[in-house]
Amino acid sequence: MPVSWTLLLVLAMAVAGFVIGRSRVLAAAGGDSRLLHSRTNYYGWNIALYTAVPALFLIAIWLFAQPGANRILVAGVALAVAAVGLIWSLQRTAPDFRARNAVESFVRGLLIMCSSIAILTTAGIVFSMLFETGNFFSQYPWQDFFFGTTWSPRFGGGSQLGILPLVWGTLYISFIALAVSIPIGLFAAIYMSEYASPRMRGFAKPMIEILAGIPTIVYGLFALITVGPMLRDYFAQPLGLGNSGSSVMTAGLVMGIMLIPFVSSLSDDIINAVPQSLRDAALGLGSTQSETVRNVVLPAALPGIVGAILLAASRAIGETMIVVLGAGAAARMDLNPFEAMTTITVKIVSQLTGDTDFAAPETLVAFALGLTLFVVTLGLNIVALYVVRKYREQYE
Amino acid sequence: MTDATFPASAAAPQSKSSLLVVDERTRKRNAAEKRFRAYGLSAIAIALIALVVLMYSIFSDGIGAFRQTYLEIPVTLDAAQLDKNGNRNPEDIKKVLTTTYGKLLDQSLQAVMTQNGITIEGIAAKDVSDLISKEASAQLRNRVLANPDLVGQTIDARVLVNGRVDGYYKGRVSMESAARDSNTSPAQLQLADALKGKGMLSTEWNWSFLTNPDASDQRPEAAGVGVAILGSLYMMLVVLFLAVPIGVAASIYLEEFAPKNRLTDIIEVNISNLAAVPSIVFGILGLAAFINFAGLPQSAPIVGGLVLTLMTLPTIIIATRAALKAVPPSIRDAALGVGASKMQSVFHHVLPLAMPGILTGTIIGLAQALGETAPLLLIGMVAFVKNFPAAPMEGLFDPASALPVQVYNWTQRADPAFMERASGAIIVLLVFLLCMNLIAIFLRRKFERRW
Repeated sequence: MPVSWTLLLVLAMAVAGFVIGRSRVLAAAGGDSRLLHSRTNYYGWNIALYTAVPALFLIAIWLFAQPGANRILVAGVALAVAAVGLIWSLQRTAPDFRARNAVESFVRGLLIMCSSIAILTTAGIVFSMLFETGNFFSQYPWQDFFFGTTWSPRFGGGSQLGILPLVWGTLYISFIALAVSIPIGLFAAIYMSEYASPRMRGFAKPMIEILAGIPTIVYGLFALITVGPMLRDYFAQPLGLGNSGSSVMTAGLVMGIMLIPFVSSLSDDIINAVPQSLRDAALGLGSTQSETVRNVVLPAALPGIVGAILLAASRAIGETMIVVLGAGAAARMDLNPFEAMTTITVKIVSQLTGDTDFAAPETLVAFALGLTLFVVTLGLNIVALYVVRKYREQYE
Repeated sequence: MTDATFPASAAAPQSKSSLLVVDERTRKRNAAEKRFRAYGLSAIAIALIALVVLMYSIFSDGIGAFRQTYLEIPVTLDAAQLDKNGNRNPEDIKKVLTTTYGKLLDQSLQAVMTQNGITIEGIAAKDVSDLISKEASAQLRNRVLANPDLVGQTIDARVLVNGRVDGYYKGRVSMESAARDSNTSPAQLQLADALKGKGMLSTEWNWSFLTNPDASDQRPEAAGVGVAILGSLYMMLVVLFLAVPIGVAASIYLEEFAPKNRLTDIIEVNISNLAAVPSIVFGILGLAAFINFAGLPQSAPIVGGLVLTLMTLPTIIIATRAALKAVPPSIRDAALGVGASKMQSVFHHVLPLAMPGILTGTIIGLAQALGETAPLLLIGMVAFVKNFPAAPMEGLFDPASALPVQVYNWTQRADPAFMERASGAIIVLLVFLLCMNLIAIFLRRKFERRW
């Protein structure tokens, strides 16, 4: 409880500071606010900010860095800081004090801090993974990790942690997902931007975008209880290709459905950005609408569409819940799409949930997997964003 | 003007084509056109069918979780067994364990059977006692502990029946499958049918699915999403109080104040890349930074909230910047023109005008965070949590579950009844998401301004 009380006390001090500062500066000016440098409220804000913000930051950082810290001590120091801020800023308060400028530079500082959090997050991601990956490679040779073809972690030593089977599973599933989503998404986008009446577009576009708003766990459950058993009963078993409900095909199909809106809305934007004059020229020369689309619009939009596909690919590679529930856990390099295989993300989850020992390579390998995943998706994203941006500029 | 006319005889060689008859090539081109259209239409149709099938499968599987079979029987709370000293001392009553209450329930059921003349051929004693859920004795005990005066009376108890019998009335279990199942038997189902015939057994709306905590592997009939909803709510509070102010502040700086230099370029590229980083990577960050480094407790909503905050920040920043950008520069110029400072023009004029857009973006970001599962798996939210977390601030550090993680958790259980629960939890999750999105659409419709 002391923390909540401290927070409330600090806020109360800030409010008190606001009121006192405001009335004091007004009294000093003889009740005539025109004699002040800034508007009256700024004097109050100046005091409130200097009282509350440093103290609140202190509490947040202290508790974050040392959650077991003595709460009374934290409360005492925070209240002292608040009091110092209150007294110091009260002393500065005078009719000719440039309160507005002080408040504005304070707020500006806060804004800058907030925008640097994005950078801090990236740095946090990279360092947290680099550090543990370093630990991992000091215990396990990197050649065996990157070029090993067997994945069999054994808690107790002697485990083989080759990434290749996981990479194979990831690529295979992503390939199927893209093979499903690219044609469907692209054709849907073409139809909606080139053919559909406004009414149809107004209905179909939001409907397809609902697919994008559904959480991935829902797709995972769909793969597990509907698609998996269906594929097994109607395709895999009659064809003699296996009898596992979770398979590359299950995960790939469902992930493909998930990616449809992603591909279609990005391509839709890009196709719409192709200038109408290009279409008019082609139609004027007598080509049919589909010929216009195939020979003029699509080639013009191609770089952007490639960018969209790359973004979709990075999504597919990093997707977790669908493969956790739909693809299985067996690390295997096989061509049969009805066989259970596994991906990098599945193994990150399985190595890091349950009882974990952060000294064992079997746990640390998850960080190396995570770093690999991060680097690959980051590369895809950077290329894709570059391509998309470059393309947008072309017609602006 | 010339009088020269084009000599008719010198006309181009007569082609055989006619405007009235469609030639072979045109027919081909028109057919290709039709095919192309059909591809487009079928692509849209496939996407819509996928949506319908997905929704149908989740709803048809999950709707059962909202109904539950109860048995209503009179139970005699035998004072000789529950309160041996006879002084109604709550401390003494507390010493009596659930097994005793289980026996009481069995006796009551047997009594009901003989009273109503229900005899089932070949029914084992175990089948009768197993008809009532294992959770029921604990519920009865809690009821007695809350009100010790009940001891010695005969009360009408409404108790859960076992998951298989419940499944029988939802079509998940049949007489054939029961014969192969070691956890139930056709005789037990016949007994249930007989009790239903007497009006003692009924399948009703199940509020407790929304309020109960998770239950162990053996008693799917008692499992609910109460703790998960509360945990998700706590995390959303953390996200709301951290991601929104930070995100809005960051976008204001980047959009309105930031000088165009290398540093701001890096921040911008960074944000758009963070938006596309796989969510599981944020889970690894949370595990390494918040749990291993900072030592925050596992499975706590605060850690989940912090991870989700970092994840939603890019979404909120991108939406807020778009909203700020949509406010026309004339507003800023007018404010500056009458002597406002840059800061005043932003906070007094631009920000209020951008508010609807910011709110919409925020709600969509929150909805995204609500459905996120993968990062939460890594920070230990998969643990089995049966106790409700305390009220906020302290409660943020208590172990809790989250809706999507609860779904994952249930899919890993052996009993098929948990699949129904998982789909039911998804329905709850989807209803929440639908509400949030409807609010966002409403706000956009109501307040959106075109300049």
